[in-house]
Order: sequence, then C-alpha cells, then structure tokens
Amino acid sequence: MGMSRAEESFFTTRLEQIMGWARKNSLWPMPMGISCCAIEMMSFAGPRFDVSRFGSEAFRFSPRQSDLMIVAGTVTYKMSHVVRKIYDQMPDPKWVIAMGACTSTGGMYRSYSVVQGIDLFIPVDVYVAGCPPRPDNLLKGLMEVQKKIARGEKPGQCEKIYIQEHLKFDERQDSRKA
Amino acid sequence: MEPNIQEAKQKILRALENQDTTVTFEDPLENDMVLNMGPQHPATHGVLRLLVRLDGETIVSVVPDLGYLHRGYEKIAENCTYHEFIPHTDRLDYLSPLANNVAYVLAVEKLAGIEVPQRAQYVRVICAELARLASHLVWIGTMAMDVGAVTVLLWGFREREKIQDIWDVLTGVRFTTSFTRIGGLAQDITPEALRMTADFLDQFPKSLAECENVLVRNKIFIGRCEGVGYVSAADAIAWGLTGPLLRASGVDHDLRRDEPYLVYDRLEFDVPVHTDGDVLARFYVRVQEMRESVRILKQALDKIPSGPVNAGDPKKVLPRKERTYGKMEELIHDFMIVNFGINPPVGEAYHAIEASKGELGFYIVSHGEGYPWRLKIRSPSFVNIQCLPLMLKGGMISDVVAVIGSMDPVMGEADK
Amino acid sequence: MMKDRILEKLNANLKSSLLAVNEYRGELTLTVVKGDIVKVCQFLRDDGDLRFDGLRDLCGADYYRPEGRFEVVYNLYSLKNKFRLRLKVRVGENDLHVHSVSHVWPTADWHEREAYDMYGIIFDGHPDLRRIYMPEEFEHFPLRKDFPLMGIPGSLNLPRK
Repeated sequence: MGMSRAEESFFTTRLEQIMGWARKNSLWPMPMGISCCAIEMMSFAGPRFDVSRFGSEAFRFSPRQSDLMIVAGTVTYKMSHVVRKIYDQMPDPKWVIAMGACTSTGGMYRSYSVVQGIDLFIPVDVYVAGCPPRPDNLLKGLMEVQKKIARGEKPGQCEKIYIQEHLKFDERQDSRKA
Repeated sequence: MEPNIQEAKQKILRALENQDTTVTFEDPLENDMVLNMGPQHPATHGVLRLLVRLDGETIVSVVPDLGYLHRGYEKIAENCTYHEFIPHTDRLDYLSPLANNVAYVLAVEKLAGIEVPQRAQYVRVICAELARLASHLVWIGTMAMDVGAVTVLLWGFREREKIQDIWDVLTGVRFTTSFTRIGGLAQDITPEALRMTADFLDQFPKSLAECENVLVRNKIFIGRCEGVGYVSAADAIAWGLTGPLLRASGVDHDLRRDEPYLVYDRLEFDVPVHTDGDVLARFYVRVQEMRESVRILKQALDKIPSGPVNAGDPKKVLPRKERTYGKMEELIHDFMIVNFGINPPVGEAYHAIEASKGELGFYIVSHGEGYPWRLKIRSPSFVNIQCLPLMLKGGMISDVVAVIGSMDPVMGEADK
Repeated sequence: MMKDRILEKLNANLKSSLLAVNEYRGELTLTVVKGDIVKVCQFLRDDGDLRFDGLRDLCGADYYRPEGRFEVVYNLYSLKNKFRLRLKVRVGENDLHVHSVSHVWPTADWHEREAYDMYGIIFDGHPDLRRIYMPEEFEHFPLRKDFPLMGIPGSLNLPRK
C-alpha cells in the first residue's frame, strides 16, 4: 500500500529463497523402484555415487514423509493406479523425476500392458534418459530439480530441459537460451 | 464397468477365504485381519503384492498377486527377430543381465544348430559366473537389510561396483549389457578386462568373508533365520523349486554339473548342499556358491584359449561391423540378418541354464522364419514365489521378509 | 538308451494315448490324446524307473490353424535319470477344456493360470483358475495371434491426471 512493489517483494523474495535453499538441499526421495532402474537407483544411493552428500540422506519408503518421487522402472497399467495413489498421498510441494526410458515414453516396450510414459497420469518435473541411466545421470537429474526449486518454479511443470547421456556440461543444449 | 471391478476384487478375497474355510468374518473379536503388503513396499524386492491373512501375528494364509510388471515379453518376442530380442533378455533377471543373455543365445543356437568356438564359450562362462556373483551380492545386501543388518548392503554394493567396472570395460555398459550374440559374442575380451577380473578375484574372498562374519555369528540374524520357511525335499521337488532353494532342502541337483552346457564339464567345482531347508540353509548355500564361482572363474581365466570368438556361419552370425563397410558379402549378410533374421529350421528347442535364482529356460518354437513363433521363458522366480504360501504357513508376520529375502525373487522375470 | 526305455514303457501300457513321436536336436516330443493327459502324466511320474518328478514348464501355444488351434506343452524333467521329455496336447478352439495336472505336480498350478490368462484355455479341476498377470477385469487373451501387440484401446484404464 504505502510500500513500493520492489521493497515489498524484497522480504518475501529473501524468505522464499531461504525456503527454496532449505528445500533443495534436503530433498528426501521416495524411491518408486519398480524394475531395473531401481537397481541403478540403489547404486545411486550406494557408496560410490553417494546421494546423501546432496542432502537426500533418508530414502523414505513412506510417501507421507518424502518430497521427491523417483519413478524408476516400467509402469504397467496395473501398476499405474498404485503409482497415482502414492503420488496423491505425498504432501505438497512434491516433485517427480521420471527415471529411464520406460517412464519417459514407455521405453523399449511397445506392448499392450505398458503405459507409454508416466506423464499421461502424473505431472513430471525432470526426465532422465537412459536404459538404465547411469547413477551420475540421475544425480544430474536431481541437481536439475534442485535448480528448479532454487528458481522458485511451481512443481509439476516441466520446462523441457533434457539431460542427455554422456555429454559434457558445456555441450548440454539448454532450450531456454535459444 | 464398476460392478465388474468390485466382483474382480472379491475374487481375490474369496481365494484367501477358501484356503481356510473354518474361519469366518462374523465375530469382531475373533476375526482375522487381511493385510495388504502392497506392490510398493521396501522389502518385497520389487512389485510383488502379498495378501496376508493374520490371526494376531500368526499367518493363516498368503496369496501372492503378480502382474504388476507384466511387460508382454512373449508377445514382443513374436514380433522381433532373434537378435532384436537379446536386449529384452537383459531385463528379465535384471540383477544378472549377462546370464540371461547367455541363456537365450544358447537356446537359439541349439535350435539353429550353430557350434560356437571355444574361446567364446570360456568368455560366456566368465560372464555367467560374474553375473551370478553380482546377483548374490545384491541378495546378501538386501536380505541382511530386511532382517536388520544394514551395513552389509553397502559392502555388497561396493563389491558390485567393481564387477560393474569389469562389465564396463568388457561390454561397454555398466548394467544392461546385451553382450552375447547368436554364434558368439559382440566383441572379444581384452587383456585389460582379464586383468581386472583377476585383480577382483584376488581381493573378493576377503570382502566376502567380512560380510559373512558380520552375519553368521550374530545371534539376532541366526534367531530370525533358523527354522523359518521350511520346505522338505519332497515338497521342493513337487513344487518345482530349483537353484539354491532346492539345494538347501537337501536335493543335490545343479544343471552345471548334471546337464553341462558351455564348458562346465571341463571345470572343477563343488555343489553346496544343505539339508535344513530353512532360510539359514539357503544363506549358507548361496555364500558357498559365491566361493565356488570364484573358483570357477579362476580356472576359466587360466584355461581360456585363443582363437576366434564368433562362429563361422555367415548366414546366421552377424559379421564384424568394420568388414561390412568394405566387403560386399559381409554387407549383404548383415543386411539380411538384421532385416529378416536368422531363419532357423522348423522345430522347437528348450534349453535351460543354472541362473542365480534357479533354472532359467527358454522354449522356442520356430516356423522357419526370422521371428520366433512362440518363445516361452521359464523363469525361476515365478515358480519359487508359488511356493511362498507353503513356506509361510504358520509363521509370524516378521518371517515374511526373511523368507522373501532368502528366496530372492526378481519381479522382472517372474512377471515377464 | 533312455529314449527307448520311455517309448517301450509307454507302448506297453498306454499305447492308445500316444499320437505322435518326434525327435529334434536330441529332444523327444510326444503328442498325447487330450483326454488321457492325466493318465500319461501320472504314469510317467510314478513309474519307478522313469521317475519324471519335475514339471519344469507348462505353456500354451497358438498355432493359428483350423484344426487344434492351441497346444499345451509340458516340459518334464527326471532328477534321477537327468533326462528331459516334452508332452504336447492339442486343444481346439471350440473345446478349450483340458484336464489340469495340478494334483500330479503342484507346481502346475500357476503355470496353468498363466496359460488361462494368456490364451483362454480352461483347465478342469484346477483349484483356483483366475487371471495371474492381467488385471481381473481384462476381457481379452493377450498371447493369441489375433490380439494386437499394442493392445486394444480402452481395454485397460489409466488413473486420471
């Protein structure tokens, strides 16, 4: 009212930045480990590609205590209801990483029982390519989610930043720059 | 549509009730609880759903519900050439992908009548045994974690990372390798891979002894595992169990020794057998199997001969890629094999190997075309999970995770 | 030789049940009359010399021919003799009933459920014949040759976004 718009948003922006910093450095994943990608996710939590140094120390298998769902593995029609139910049980704000080719587009399974991409029934934030993606790729996916949180974007909307396998950092194509 | 779904759900509950008709749901103080250990669970090793009927803490009956990972492999196989199906076989028992590759190409080669050179057979033995070690390392980690000892998971994964480095150098991929080809291998094994394998084998027995000592002298582990999930030898044979479950019940049967494939008849190894038939016996059998695998690998590394790594049949074996760029014959054969398939003669074949979970078999029917007419995967986990109600009858609810851990099912192959 | 012993014993006791004998790549395949499959299986399991106590695999197959469209294939194994045998039964499209062998080998239970789920072959005397892979409300049989690979749109439903 009396305050100018710039001053009013200074405090709220700082507060949001602090909350964003806290959220992104303590993303507790809920591993929806369904098939082969789950094993690479276990390696990603294992001693070599340690994910707890990124703050994701606690892999909560309960959806009520987590904020990031990593869907790892082929989702079939029978399983899709279960994934949706668990997604609904997670408290807001929540982010979803679609790990692997099967969750992004159905992968190598063009068949009658595989859902051709989980974004048909769940909003996805980051898609990680690979079959299965290397754990370092998945770490990159996690870092992209962290950047999204730091930018203050709403969860559930994917801005089409593709993480391509085996590219060096400066070769990554960022469509926002184009 | 709604009434249909309700009736369908009732069918599963009715199956539970039918297993024990003496108990009804009428009296609220004396009713049993039906617990759903759903497809998403930290300890069910994948998407296995169990409906458990409990009387307090005692299990009255268990009904497993499969199909949450049914990807339609057999239908896909009828629409792919034989070579195109090799990457799909990786994802069956995804803890030991190389073993599935080996099993599938052995079945196709039996059907097509292709003889593979010696060097390729030795390399395939090395691949299969490394895959067995990798699978058992995940098994020991997850079983210990389910029972309560979380450290062993990280130790197991540390060793598994070393095996995955060997696979990286050997095949180019860490995990889903698709390494074998019909008639041989995708590429030859390099001296570097052989050296890495030898170095790994030198330090592995010590790490395995570390993992084992943490568990085997722990009273809690023994208490949770001893006497749990008992299966007698006669039941094990009747229910079709194979692999470590059969050997832990006292039946001395191992496909590597009884129906030798590849070059196992030239390698010396023992088959561990225990008679107790419970979870602890399966633990001992698998740990001893890991030691025998190390022995087999050392012998294979010593005895590996030099020579070609692909069979010489040009109409069925893919030629080397660099030759297709310069030579006409190789180009034509490459084109024909990739587009139209290898065209084995009309007939059928069944070949099984001793995978880390049991007997993994492929039954292939060919009508003379490049695509199989029917491909059936005999997956050991599917048959092992069928025996779960028998193992859990009368046990406690906390035994469920121990028994599933000892059985080590992989839903990728159980659900196909 | 094991093959000769099996054929000798079967010819002596159950000659009318055998329709065809085939051998390919060292494997023996016997085609059996559909109604006699339980008798043959029980004989093979209980015989003291043959002892086929392991049913390794039971599957269906769709040959898409006018006579005897489906086949049920039994892959047997004898632990004592270390020998494999295959039995086949032809099932016509208009008479999809085969008697179940789950009381001969309990392991046949889930294999027969899978054959029912994928092909629609009904096993009489099965303790609990319901679908195992597809959801209960699915109405088609996926592995039949006239079912498309991508499925029939609308046969399986997704949760709403």
